[in-house]
Amino acid sequence: MMAEVNEIAVRVHGLSKSFGSVRAVRDIDLAVAQGEIFGLVGPDGAGKTTIMRMLAAVLRPDAGEILVDGVDVVAEAERAKLHLSYMPQRFGLYEDLTIAENIFFYGALFGVPRGERIARSQELLEAAGLLPFRRRLAGQLSGGMKQKLGLICALIHTPRVLLLDEPTTGVDPVSRRDFWAILYNLREGGVTIVLSTAYMDEAERCSRLALLHGGEIRHCDTPQHLKAAMPGALLAIASAHPRDVREAVSGKPGVLGALLMGDRVHVRVDDAGRRIPELRAAIADQGIADAVITPAEPGIEDVFVALLGEEKPHEP
Amino acid sequence: MSPDSPAVLAEGLTKRFASFTAVDHLDLRIEKGEVVGFIGPNGAGKSTTIRMLCGLLRPSEGRASVAGFDVGRQPEEVREHIGYMSQKFSLYGDLTVRENLRFFAGIYRVPHHDLGERMRFAISMAGLEGREDVLVRTLAGGWKQRLALGCAILHRPPILFLDEPTSGVEPEARRRFWDLIHELAAGGVAILVSTHYMEEAEYCNRIALIDGGRLVAMGTPSELRQRSLGGDLFEVDCVPLGAALKALGSAQGVVEAAIFGDKLHIVLGQGGLSAEELPRFLAEREIRVGSVRPATPSLEDVFVRLVSTTRETRAAS
Amino acid sequence: MNIQRLLAMAYKETLQIWRDPRSLAVALLMPLMQMGLLGYGVSLDIKHVPLCVYDQENSQASRAVVDDFTASNWFTISHTIASEAGIRRAMDRGECAAAVVIPVDFSRTLAATGSAPVQAIFDATDVNTTNIAMGYAQGVVAQTNATIAARWAASHGVQPSLVGRVDFEPSVWFNETLESRNFIIPGVVAVILALVGAQLTSLTISREWERGTMEQLISTPVTPLEVMFGKLIPYFAIGLLDAAFCLAVAVFWFHVPFRGSIGILFVTTALFDLVVLGIGYLISVRIRNQLGASQVALLLTMLPTTLLSGYTFPIDQMPTAIQVLTYAVYSRYYVTILRAIFLKGSGLTDLWTPVLGLVAYAAIIIWLAARAFRKHL
Repeated sequence: MMAEVNEIAVRVHGLSKSFGSVRAVRDIDLAVAQGEIFGLVGPDGAGKTTIMRMLAAVLRPDAGEILVDGVDVVAEAERAKLHLSYMPQRFGLYEDLTIAENIFFYGALFGVPRGERIARSQELLEAAGLLPFRRRLAGQLSGGMKQKLGLICALIHTPRVLLLDEPTTGVDPVSRRDFWAILYNLREGGVTIVLSTAYMDEAERCSRLALLHGGEIRHCDTPQHLKAAMPGALLAIASAHPRDVREAVSGKPGVLGALLMGDRVHVRVDDAGRRIPELRAAIADQGIADAVITPAEPGIEDVFVALLGEEKPHEP
Repeated sequence: MSPDSPAVLAEGLTKRFASFTAVDHLDLRIEKGEVVGFIGPNGAGKSTTIRMLCGLLRPSEGRASVAGFDVGRQPEEVREHIGYMSQKFSLYGDLTVRENLRFFAGIYRVPHHDLGERMRFAISMAGLEGREDVLVRTLAGGWKQRLALGCAILHRPPILFLDEPTSGVEPEARRRFWDLIHELAAGGVAILVSTHYMEEAEYCNRIALIDGGRLVAMGTPSELRQRSLGGDLFEVDCVPLGAALKALGSAQGVVEAAIFGDKLHIVLGQGGLSAEELPRFLAEREIRVGSVRPATPSLEDVFVRLVSTTRETRAAS
Repeated sequence: MNIQRLLAMAYKETLQIWRDPRSLAVALLMPLMQMGLLGYGVSLDIKHVPLCVYDQENSQASRAVVDDFTASNWFTISHTIASEAGIRRAMDRGECAAAVVIPVDFSRTLAATGSAPVQAIFDATDVNTTNIAMGYAQGVVAQTNATIAARWAASHGVQPSLVGRVDFEPSVWFNETLESRNFIIPGVVAVILALVGAQLTSLTISREWERGTMEQLISTPVTPLEVMFGKLIPYFAIGLLDAAFCLAVAVFWFHVPFRGSIGILFVTTALFDLVVLGIGYLISVRIRNQLGASQVALLLTMLPTTLLSGYTFPIDQMPTAIQVLTYAVYSRYYVTILRAIFLKGSGLTDLWTPVLGLVAYAAIIIWLAARAFRKHL
């Protein structure tokens, strides 16, 4: 069940960037609908931060076109900055300024009038649970609190497009959950969010994903569709002897991959119906009595590895 | 170390820095050949605990024995029997693969007659045959990671401490790495992996969840999943999400409700709404329901749930 | 230029300076320390040169000569030596910088021939001191000669006034007490301002890079000019305050005479402040780490200002090629102006050349600094 597709908030075409001989971003095309939470997913070095920086008009592309809210980011970078808000990986917080001072500073830079700044800052701080700490220096905040403050500074001027570069890296799970609650709230309010992440499981929280590898977008779709596109089916075989189970099933016909986990094995097969009984037999043959086979829902990482999986020997 | 004593045993391990308690009466037990995950957010006390287990920090209270040696009284012996791989891999970028291995072999005093064979083993484990004379800084993340692991086991330690070993590494490389870990464990090495990335815990035989210096829970991934939720997790596809969240948030029997992507994740406990009753409940409130499916809780959900409960108990006491 | 953004930058920078102990130390303590050190420590005057005396005759006449040496405050007797080897030993040990040897037949020779040599030995390892000491010694001897001539004339019944001689009456303009301090201290103000100003601003942009806040700053609508002027405002104010402090200390504590107009002083100081801050800012934009930036700033301010601005070494004594080079040294103009205003009371009409130099410099530096800051990675 999908909401109606609204107009396109961020449109990218043919975006490329090289650093010396390294082609970090190769000919990227994107279309992010308004009100979407769009995820750029990929491991470190895939080009996520480079793309985010170009979208934020902080880095100039070698080629390509970017339109944010209808504004040409490449040609009118400064004007585009009024329509978007960027939170880089390192948050941009002034550690020697208090929470309130940080927010006011960014508010002034975005031209938010004083009265509105006060009201909005109050509202955001309250929603984030940071109101009692407004006089605390930013350098004295925990990781999760810094992240929220970074987000507030990015939201002070009520942007229509929000760009977040790996916003939850290193942040504890409870804070991460709060953070996503805020993002969902924003989405309800019609804000378009583009975020990048290396956490595959976090990607599941997005409306749509672009799987990035080696500077290219290899697949772009909703999490559900991506999972459906994964070749084969995923089975979980639980056992107290997972190593032995893996031995038993590796290389058997129809087995596309067997991943050893702590207390089970994730096996990708071409046809679940056909292979389950076969595997059951193979395992029993090895004398393993406690194995239980159930269908498993693939995670985004499973999808990523299945669709992309090649490892490169040197940095590209 | 006798054959059936645990490789690592910590009892009431505590470390205080002035008024701050970084590690609070931690109990831990790792058997030989086991892979234990030390999972918790940054600042939870993982690094401090590992430093104590490595004999680098003296505990304020409590005891720990590693490879049969007491960490407080015999730190040198402890260090000779452990391998350690740090977060940033501690390799020298301006030295070659071979030079790095030789360096660490020297540090760990690998006996001369063993050196050749151990180096070959490490190189083949990392898949770097034919590239021994390549400068380490030109290698991609996954290769450096495996090389760093190789450097940490040159002296055949019975116990291995890995601190955030897979940060910044591609998924395929990460899986290959975990295969190596399990191979080592199959050979009897006890391995403690510390990470803030919850999903990594799936690869461990047992998990120790740490928050605020305390052990929150310990068990296999499945055990923890079953124990924590206080109910069954369902994924509900419905529109509009915001209204559904409000409606369900206060409904009878709903332990938890949160938005996840374009859907709702709810935990239904005993004695309230059942999964079958959900569609009608929502329809009555003008919410269109597409589907209700059972879902597997992620370890992050588990952690959040366990941590909130513990924090609540702690606050109440 | 958007005033709200400009003021926001200035306010933020002020808060950061206020909360950074290192910046505060540089801004407030350094000038104090430098004034103390340079004001008291540095003096080109040499007084009380330690002198050894080897009086071989030990007569009334020889003792009179020795007394003439000590009557001037230029020399103090450190040792009375009994042998030539003793002189060498005393000089080796650094106990005296000069020695006077009066020969054993001094009086007899003087009475018989009308002149008698007196030997003066100087330790020339420190050439400056030696030159000055030699000058003093000649002065003493000239004085002695005059006295002797007068006495001779008197004893022979000749009117002393008929004995011809040339009197040397120097009239020192502008620095009557010939205090080298009056010459140095106005230059000290330039040194301090250059040092402090450049040190403070050299860190400002590099700090944003190092702390990771630059990326987000660039992503906002703030313009490079707003960033530059916004950041420079607090440093400009600090620079003026420091300058005012140093100048006040110079006049009221060290009693350096001040004869010029405060208005012109203020304007030229403000100009120099701008130049120095601009240089620091340029360095900060080009060098993205704080340590490197502050080192380069030190190099580009201390060295030219102390060596080539006319502060210690007079420019017109330098080789021609170097003299030409000094036109590129910004502090040269300010030192000239300062000395002129303090000691000569010069007005703008006299000073228009160095003032023009400063204005041109300020304009160029600000233009370069504004262009250098780019709003993209």
